[in-house]
Amino acid sequence: MVPPKKNSAAVATYGDHEVITPENKLRKVVSVKSLLPGEDHPVARAEKALAGLSTEFASWMDSECERLDKARRSIAASGFTAASKDAVFHAAHDIKGEAATFGFPLVALAADSLCRLIEHTPDVTRIPVKLVDQHVDAVRAIYREYSRSDAKELAATLAKRLRVVTDEFLMHENRGRPDVLEQIMGPSIAPE
Amino acid sequence: MVRIEFNRLRFLVIDDNAHMRRMLRTLLHGFGAREVHEAEDGAAGLEAFTHHTPDIVITDWAMPIFDGLELTQMIRQPGANSNPYVAIIMLTGHSEKKRVASARDAGVTEFLAKPISAKGLYQRIVNVVTNPRPFIKTKTYFGPDRRRNVNPNYIGTERRKGGKADIIKQAPLFEKVRSQG
Repeated sequence: MVPPKKNSAAVATYGDHEVITPENKLRKVVSVKSLLPGEDHPVARAEKALAGLSTEFASWMDSECERLDKARRSIAASGFTAASKDAVFHAAHDIKGEAATFGFPLVALAADSLCRLIEHTPDVTRIPVKLVDQHVDAVRAIYREYSRSDAKELAATLAKRLRVVTDEFLMHENRGRPDVLEQIMGPSIAPE
Repeated sequence: MVRIEFNRLRFLVIDDNAHMRRMLRTLLHGFGAREVHEAEDGAAGLEAFTHHTPDIVITDWAMPIFDGLELTQMIRQPGANSNPYVAIIMLTGHSEKKRVASARDAGVTEFLAKPISAKGLYQRIVNVVTNPRPFIKTKTYFGPDRRRNVNPNYIGTERRKGGKADIIKQAPLFEKVRSQG
């Protein structure tokens, strides 16, 4: 175990709060220097390293789609439970977050719609299993047909249709909850 | 350019997805980091945090046992662990306004929306190293100052009590380093 380091901090006390300026222990790792001739920027080095992993991305995407399918089958067999809901949500959420990095950004659209469906439905047992199936089938189909020349149009059409149906369902299920509706329909504010 | 000696930083990556952990480790090694520890859920992450005392924690939000938000709240307990001031970068697919505000209010230092990129991760790390924010402690909050900027056009009520000296500006490390030649 690494021995804990002592923290020193300057503390200024005010009416209802304290402002604490911790010792900056990371200062030691910063310097101002130009890149040496022929030296890659750290971002370029990291991108190269990630590119070295890219031969594995398709098999990783296979396993993520398989995981989503397995979770979906659990819902089809036993209905929505806390465990099956979490399993489908996490599988879709991971695909949404990873698909672009794996080189399949179009897959993320349908996965995102499935995440919204599960996350924003107050009573998930009211979600039609068929709508979950349609999302999972869309994720798998977009991935499977990724090499088609019209894959982009296919993915956009599927995702748009799923999103429209999902939004209609969410608006109905959250009627009378304007704060939730505002959140559901609001834009992302995360920095790029 | 500002250079970070990544080989002198200790990272802890917490994510339940093995693929994401592998990508993060690869990116960090690409930056030059040598010491990258991993944990696959919030509970293991807290244990690893205590064991390895990382300089920077990179955590996912959605995880089993307890999630990244709960983990952040546990770390941000003054006196409860060796480094409640540790830099925490929250990595997540959640990017709605309410979610981002929740992460901020739990004490997250930086927020990085998926899909991740080398550039985005690098920028967050450079920011936590070169622009550390002071911490604010109130009855209901302990964490990095949530006011990243002073807005001269703000016309609402001043919620912090105690006068003009409320905000202590910390000189960016970049300036300190540059002035030292």
